Amino acid sequence: MANFIKLSFKKGELNQKLADIFKGMMEKGVVNALLAPMKQPKRGVMLTLVTDPFHLEAIDPFAPVAPVNGAKVVSSITAKPSGRKMAVVLRSCEIRALIELCKLKQANLEDVLLIGIDCLGRYENLDFVKLQAAGESSESFIVKALAGNTENSGCDVSGACKICEFPVADNVDLRLCIIGTGTDALYIESLTPKGDQALEAVGLKTGDTPGNREAAVQQLVKKRKEACDAAFAQYRASTHSIDALEDKLANCINCYNCRVACPVCYCKECVFVTDTFRHNGDQYMGWADTFGTLKMPTDTIFYHLTRMSHMSLFCVGCGQCTSACPNSIDLMPIFRTAAQKTQQRFNYQAGRSHDEKQPLTVFENDELVEVTGQVK
Amino acid sequence: MSEFEPKIVGFFCNWCTFTAADLAGTSRLSYPHNIKIIRMMCSGMVDPKYVIKAFLNGADGVLIGGCWPGDCHYINGNLKARRRVAMLTEILKEYGIDEKRFWLRWIAASEGTMLREVVSEMTAKLKALGPSPLNREAPGKEKK
Repeated sequence: MANFIKLSFKKGELNQKLADIFKGMMEKGVVNALLAPMKQPKRGVMLTLVTDPFHLEAIDPFAPVAPVNGAKVVSSITAKPSGRKMAVVLRSCEIRALIELCKLKQANLEDVLLIGIDCLGRYENLDFVKLQAAGESSESFIVKALAGNTENSGCDVSGACKICEFPVADNVDLRLCIIGTGTDALYIESLTPKGDQALEAVGLKTGDTPGNREAAVQQLVKKRKEACDAAFAQYRASTHSIDALEDKLANCINCYNCRVACPVCYCKECVFVTDTFRHNGDQYMGWADTFGTLKMPTDTIFYHLTRMSHMSLFCVGCGQCTSACPNSIDLMPIFRTAAQKTQQRFNYQAGRSHDEKQPLTVFENDELVEVTGQVK
Repeated sequence: MSEFEPKIVGFFCNWCTFTAADLAGTSRLSYPHNIKIIRMMCSGMVDPKYVIKAFLNGADGVLIGGCWPGDCHYINGNLKARRRVAMLTEILKEYGIDEKRFWLRWIAASEGTMLREVVSEMTAKLKALGPSPLNREAPGKEKK
């Protein structure tokens, strides 16, 4: 397969090179807009919707930060389509979540040119801002991370990224590859006719092949998988009962930030903030009477288990739940371990394919016989 | 110390299992009083939340009763229930709530005898298994 284009760049020029390509795409009318990580005027990098190519210089697609999971952003732009074509630059966890949102009809990729980046991890938002202020750039991060070192001034990429088996984005039109390409070149890979057309329009012809890529990707995936297995085993060994889960969640204050940050918590209105869970005073008193005490706010474990039963089939392991927790509860392993089990049960993998039906939306007459163990 | 009597919450479909319980009653077939029955319009109406809540409040077992595949009053609610039960079982197992405590069974309206058998079997098995780790009222457990 030689569907790559080599894009050599000098130190400090990566973003400029990419901006030029997107500028070309917008000027040729391949797309009318670009949604990509962009340096913000004050500080930080956020997904930004650009419709005027003049501003493209500030894009920074490889910035090691994801303040929100981009799937939700794409959902808000495309759920009710604008009719305008948009190129979107996201990392794997965002794309996998986006695929699940498409299946739920909460996003639409018809007018989207989907571009995935090779992701070496993201820092927590405040850590990233600190590193940015210290003069770190995306390029310096890439060089270090490819050499296997993501730690920087006492900060490291998030726990979710360290155990993520998907550094490379699938189900995309174009892929911006940096793994196994050498540090002075980026390869653009086209995976669909839509991607081919976009590249042709800006005068880029595929035909190169990055020599080391496949092996380098496989090696990274293997390393991450091993880390993931070890992390899950450690979590399960320490948290195999509700009692242990209560211990893990002891600092939870029912703020529900984890569900706000979660890209696949799909309910428009969470039942835990509806009248179903607004009780009368005498109800609370009654519950307190049963055992003499009632922890307030109530229903903490109930909330987390219910959330699991809703989103675990779609969990992509992005770790935004952990990042969003104001009390530093490491939620990612809680939801990811449950997700591993529920997804395995249905031989499902969140974000793997547009064609796989979400497990609770389909059913057969003669399946899962082991659940009841009864045969007529 | 008295013998452990498991508490079972039953979510029974109005059209089959609940009617079977009625039939058992009118046929004077007695079944263990350990089960507390909640009548649902369909096994497919049993939200996973209800099951989670039952276990968190100390139920030793949950039994969902639905119509046999093909017989659902709402065409396929029971098949949806089966998928949900499979999903929820995986989550509960992760936190030490054994799948032996969480049953889905097909019991038709005419199967009063079977209802008695299923409830008796579940009660006996839960007695052998002992109280749920979340049952704070079981003998030998301190109030906390």
